[in-house]
Amino acid sequence: MKALVDQGVEVIFGYPGGAVLPIYDELFKQNRLRHILVRHEQAAVHAAEGYARSTGKVGCVLVTSGPGATNTITGLTDALMDSIPLVCITGQVPTSLIGNDAFQEADITGITRPCTKHNYLVKDVNNLARTIHEAFHVARSGRPGPVLVDLPKDVVQSKGEYQGPSRVKSKYKPQVKGDLKAIEKAVEMIAQAKRPIVYVGGGVINSGTAACQLLTQFVRMTGFPCTQTLMGLGAFPGSDPLSLGMLGMHGTYEANLAMHGCDLMINIGARFDDRVTGRVNAFSPFSKKIHIDIDPSSINKNILVDLSVVGDAAHILEDLIKVWKARQVRVDDKALKAWWSEIEGWRSRNCLHYENSNKIIKPQYALQRLYELTKHKNPYITTEVGQHQMWAAQHFKFEQPNHWMTSGGLGTMGYGLPAAMGVQVAHPDSLVIDISGESSVQMNIQEMATLCQHRLPVKVFILNNQYMGMVRQWQELIHGGRYSESHMHTHPDFVKLADAFGAVGLRAETPGQVDDVIKEMLAVDRPVIVDCRTDASENCFPMIMPGMAHNEMVLGPEDRSLDKPGSEQDGMVLV
Amino acid sequence: MGDTKVTHIADAIERHTIAVLVDNEAGVLARVIGLFSGRGYNIESLTVAEVDNREQLSRITIVTTGTKMIVEQIKNQLRRLVPVHKVSDLTIEGAHVSRELALVKVAGIGEKRVEALRIADIFRANVIDATNESFVFEVVGATDKVDAFIKLMEPLGLVDVSRTGVVAIARGPSAL
Repeated sequence: MKALVDQGVEVIFGYPGGAVLPIYDELFKQNRLRHILVRHEQAAVHAAEGYARSTGKVGCVLVTSGPGATNTITGLTDALMDSIPLVCITGQVPTSLIGNDAFQEADITGITRPCTKHNYLVKDVNNLARTIHEAFHVARSGRPGPVLVDLPKDVVQSKGEYQGPSRVKSKYKPQVKGDLKAIEKAVEMIAQAKRPIVYVGGGVINSGTAACQLLTQFVRMTGFPCTQTLMGLGAFPGSDPLSLGMLGMHGTYEANLAMHGCDLMINIGARFDDRVTGRVNAFSPFSKKIHIDIDPSSINKNILVDLSVVGDAAHILEDLIKVWKARQVRVDDKALKAWWSEIEGWRSRNCLHYENSNKIIKPQYALQRLYELTKHKNPYITTEVGQHQMWAAQHFKFEQPNHWMTSGGLGTMGYGLPAAMGVQVAHPDSLVIDISGESSVQMNIQEMATLCQHRLPVKVFILNNQYMGMVRQWQELIHGGRYSESHMHTHPDFVKLADAFGAVGLRAETPGQVDDVIKEMLAVDRPVIVDCRTDASENCFPMIMPGMAHNEMVLGPEDRSLDKPGSEQDGMVLV
Repeated sequence: MGDTKVTHIADAIERHTIAVLVDNEAGVLARVIGLFSGRGYNIESLTVAEVDNREQLSRITIVTTGTKMIVEQIKNQLRRLVPVHKVSDLTIEGAHVSRELALVKVAGIGEKRVEALRIADIFRANVIDATNESFVFEVVGATDKVDAFIKLMEPLGLVDVSRTGVVAIARGPSAL
C-alpha cells in the first residue's frame, strides 16, 4: 500500500474478492488512495487506460484472483497494443494452494504472459515493495505497457521489510537518447527533401507534452505537411493548415496520397500498422523513410526503412532541431511550394464531404454539430470501435494531446464508456464525452452504475443506426450485401435505460433536434446517454479497401472504383 | 500496378544461432518460447542452463530460421523482454563454434554389434552403458556430425536417441 502511494498513485480502479480482502481491508483504513468500484473487471482496466492516457501517469487496477483476474485480459491486451502504462494487481490463492486447482485459482502470470509487457508473481513479502516499484518503472519506461503483479493471499497478509522507491534499482533501462550520427544523417535527408511528409503516431503522445511541442515546432519550422495516425491525433494541432488529418484506411484523401507520392517520409512514433499502410508492397513506393521509435522491434517489422533512430521522441526531436539550427539548414522552398500545391489539389476534393439530409440524421452531421458546440470546452473524447470511431476521428480536430482516447490496436468494442469514466476521474471538472455506437456501448453498459455511484458526469453520445455499422459496411462492400448477424433486432430503450441507472436519457430523431439535445446534454451535471437515431445505411468514407494501396482510395458511394471486380476475393481474407 | 516497387527484399530463408543471456527466474523460458510460438517464428533447437550462479544468469542458445527481416525481428523482440540482458547473433557476429551431445542407444547382437562399435570409434563416440545386447553411445560434435552418426546407426539396431540441442560460443577472447 505504501509502495503505491510512494509511486504517486491517487486512484485505483478495482473490484474486491476473496484473495484481495486483506488489501481491501488496508484500503478501508486509509484515505490517501481513492478507490473506484467498477461493475466488471474489464472496465477497471479500460478506466485505468483512460486515466493513464489523459494524464500521462500510470493507471492502477486491483482485482481478485481467478475470474477477477481473467476478466482483465481484454483490457491488458488493449493496453499492450496501444502502449498504455498500467499496473494491474491481482489477488492469488495462498502459495500453499498454487497449482491445486483451488477455488478461484487461475495461472494468471501464465495467461497474461503474452498480453502484458511484463508480469510478476510475488512469493515472498520481502520482495513485495521492490516488485511494485519495479512494476511501475517497467510500465512507464521505454515503450509503455501493462504490467501485472500477482499477489498470493498469504504474502499480503504477512509482514515484511519495506523498501522505498529510491532504494530499488531496476536493470530495465531502455534507450532514450537517439544516436547523434543518425540524427545528423536525418537532418541531411530532410534538407534534400522535395516532397516530404511527417507521419506521427501515438509514440509522440506517450513521450509527453514536451515531445508534442517539439514536434509542432519542428513541423512549423520546416513547413512540412503532417499527418497523424488514429493514436497520434492531438500530437499536432488538428486545425493547423499544415495538418493533413488522419491517414490510413479511413484517413483523408490528401494524407494518403501525400504518403503515396512523397519522396521523404519521417515517421515519428508510429509503427507502420496494417490499417495505415494498406498493401505493403505498394506502400509509398518512391520515398526514403526515416523511422524514429523507442522500440527497436518496431523498426523494419512491416516496412523496410532507410534510416532508423531508436529513442524517445522528445529527446530525438530536441536534438534534431538543435542540429538543424546549428547547421542553419534550409528546406527547398521552391520544391516544397510545388508539393503543397499538389496537396492542396487533393485537399480540394473535400473527401469528408457527405450528402446531408433534413429528414434523417446523418452520423457525420451529428458529430460535426457535437464538435462545433463543444470545442470551446476543450473536451476529452473517448470512443468505442466501429464507424462512429472513424467518423469521430475524421470530424473532430484535436488541438492538444491526451484529449483523445480510443482503442486503436486491439479495436475493443466496449472500451469507450469505462475509459471515459477513468478520464472523468482524472479531470473531474472537464467535459468528457464517449462517442459511441449502440452495439459497442452495450458491451460495458453496466458501468453506467459506476458513473452514477461516483458522480462522474460522463456524456455518452450514441450514434444509433441499429447495426454493427462497420460490420454491415464490410458486408455491403465486400460480402455481397449479405448482412449476416450484423443487425440487432432488439435494442434497449436507451432513454429508459439511462433513467433506470439514475442517469439522464435524451433522444434525437431528426436533424433539427440535434443541436437542442446536445445543448441539453451539456447543461446537465450528471451522466447522460444521448440516443441519436442516425441513418442506418450510411457508410464511412473515404476508405482504402482491404488489400489496396493508398492511391486506390474509394472516396464515396458514387466512386466508380467500388464496382471494380476482382478485389472481392482478396478482400475477404483480410481483416 | 505499374508504378509499384517491391519493398520486401531478401526473402531467402537463413539459419541463425542466437545466444541469449537471461535472468534465471521463474517463467523466463516460457516467455522466450511463447514469443516464438505467438509470433510464428521457428525453433530448430533450444538449450538452456544456468551459467552464472552468483548473478543468477542463464544462457539460452536458439537455432532458428527465417528471412533476414524475420531474424532481425526475433532478436529485437527478444531484447524487448524485461529479463533478457543480451542477445547475440553468433551467425553474423564473427566466427563461432557450436556443439551438440547425443546419447544413442543401439540394440543387437553379432556382427551388427561389432560394426556399431567400429563406427563409434571413427566418430570418437564413447560407450557409456553396455549390456549383452545393447550399447549407449555418447557422441559430441556439430549437428551434422551427430546427424551422420545417428544415420549410420539406423541399420545397426538404433532404438533410442536423446539429444541436447546446440550450444554455441563465439571464437576468440571476447565474451557475450
